[in-house]
Amino acid sequence: MNIPYTVEERPDTGLANGKLGIWLFLASEVMLFGALFSTYIILRVGATEWPHGELNIPLGAINTVILISSSVTMVMAWASLKMNEWGKHRLYLLATFVLAAVFLVNKYFEYSAHFATGEGPWHSTFLAIYFTMTGLHGLHILGGMIVMAYFLGPGAKLWKTNPDQFANRIEYTGLYWHFVDLVWIFLFPVLYLL
Amino acid sequence: MHTDPAAVRKSVRLYVTIGVSLLVFTAITVMANRLHFVVPIAITVAIIIACIKGSMVASVFMHLSHEKKWIYGALLLTIVFFIFLMCIPLFTIMDTIGTPVRATPIEHAGH
Repeated sequence: MNIPYTVEERPDTGLANGKLGIWLFLASEVMLFGALFSTYIILRVGATEWPHGELNIPLGAINTVILISSSVTMVMAWASLKMNEWGKHRLYLLATFVLAAVFLVNKYFEYSAHFATGEGPWHSTFLAIYFTMTGLHGLHILGGMIVMAYFLGPGAKLWKTNPDQFANRIEYTGLYWHFVDLVWIFLFPVLYLL
Repeated sequence: MHTDPAAVRKSVRLYVTIGVSLLVFTAITVMANRLHFVVPIAITVAIIIACIKGSMVASVFMHLSHEKKWIYGALLLTIVFFIFLMCIPLFTIMDTIGTPVRATPIEHAGH
């Protein structure tokens, strides 16, 4: 069966179905993370005192740099496809995957340091919301890595049979990845600096 | 969104510039934190910088600066609900459940 509007644009929306679909998914993600940010505000405003300096700011800043760099490599992976440079696309997508893995490794070290001193989510309200927000964000990173691994592996075959559809899929992956970066851009100052 | 190779080629430099700008803004955020502003100013500065960075990612990397109206429509609706969501903490401040509306009048000791 041939699925319509995977490459060509629908006449009524002017968009390929996948593009509108990923944006609607991202809209639901905005509400998901928005609910957690709203919870953070309620907890913070209601708290008599709020801890400062409990998190490793240099490691958080390094992770911010890593995610921003991964956003650049992701958009370059898509741009390379549009410029018909397959080799560069593979390189940029692989770089994005590696940067995502480094982000999670850093997060592992950060979490380990907390758990080693008995500072789990049960320790305080601040750590409860910190682990919830960064944990959910980390799961999103993992989800993005699984998708990228698919396009680096078996999913790459589509480039030979339908390059436009493959480029669209990479674009949608990129939109998701930039959103994950966008969430971290707000998480970093809110949790680490304020 | 650009789809022809020539236009995409032109955008590559912009992507790198935006990436570098985002790194610079990250450095500014960390340095501003070291200045130990009072809390309301620190929050304002950090959120303003985060908003600038976020709008750069959304407009350039996510190509929102030139998208179709259906996507803008979906996002507008999301923004309305997001603002409502962010206002929910205000309702907790206004919440008077469990608090007496008026203090009970003190009976005069005269009788």
